[in-house]
Amino acid sequence: MKGLLDQRFENGGFIITKMEDLINWARLSSMFPMTFGIACCAIEFMSTGTTVYDMDRFGMAPRSSPRQSDVMIVAGTVTFKMADRIKRLYEQMAEPRYVISMGSCSNCGGPYWQHGYHVVKGVDRIVPVDIYVPGCPPRPEALIGGFLKLQEKIRSESLVAPKAIEKLMQQEHANV
Amino acid sequence: MLTFDDLLVFVQKHCSHGEAVADVNATPKAVKLPAADLLNVCHALHQDPSTYFDSLSCVTGIDNGPEAGTMEVAYNLYSIPFGYHLMLKVAVPREKPEVDSVTGIWKAANWHEREVFDMFGIVVKGHPDLRRILMPADWEGHPLRKDYKQQEYYRNIKVEY
Repeated sequence: MKGLLDQRFENGGFIITKMEDLINWARLSSMFPMTFGIACCAIEFMSTGTTVYDMDRFGMAPRSSPRQSDVMIVAGTVTFKMADRIKRLYEQMAEPRYVISMGSCSNCGGPYWQHGYHVVKGVDRIVPVDIYVPGCPPRPEALIGGFLKLQEKIRSESLVAPKAIEKLMQQEHANV
Repeated sequence: MLTFDDLLVFVQKHCSHGEAVADVNATPKAVKLPAADLLNVCHALHQDPSTYFDSLSCVTGIDNGPEAGTMEVAYNLYSIPFGYHLMLKVAVPREKPEVDSVTGIWKAANWHEREVFDMFGIVVKGHPDLRRILMPADWEGHPLRKDYKQQEYYRNIKVEY
């Protein structure tokens, strides 16, 4: 039994699509996360990679270097001592890069919000965050929910900045 | 088999700067001794064949607050061959907290004493590498002091929630 593409396009043929859709589809189908965990949320992140939850079915294989990663999953408590390192890892990632903040600690400080003098009250104070996954720690299903949200976000991305389009349309409008 | 009272007498024998007294409310029972005698007493407890406290389980700092004006350092000792437990406590003034390092006797004291320094600001004299161990090197203040006020910003990151 041949696959769908083989059946249809074995003897030539072509597909028409938009460049944007093609690039977005490629990006959202291979979001490589960085192998990186800083507290108990990392255990759930690891579970997500196991056969039971099978992160690989989204084309997500953990990479050991920020240079090869697309997504940083901040899985755990961000301390002030760790903050510089996280920022540096983020800066080492090639664009386009995305950040998933996993769990209450990296969302807002979690149980350390009041007396945790050593905890950064949200990783978004250091790096921009795309998706927040609530939970303490979130179950693998919740993290996968975060992946799907991120896929949605990437799917709706545009190569052309909307601001530029607005400007063009305004000019067009003025000319008419 | 030495009892706590025997150990108390042992410690008292090696104190020359003041009286060593028992603190029976502590668990295990503790001996409070003058800070100046700490090194001498620890050395004797470690070396004497009848005590042989060869293991330092823990070093802890305690801040009694500005009203009391003192800080304490507690040392939990254990003798592996005899199975003795003993806690030593020294009190230091809050304005100038200083204790002698016991790293020369137990290597295990190294990181414990750095933690006491980091959290309470108690200066450990004679320590080979007295740096902060938990907080970043450029952190301000010592967090477990009773009158600790956390800084507003750390490297442009807001600290408060």
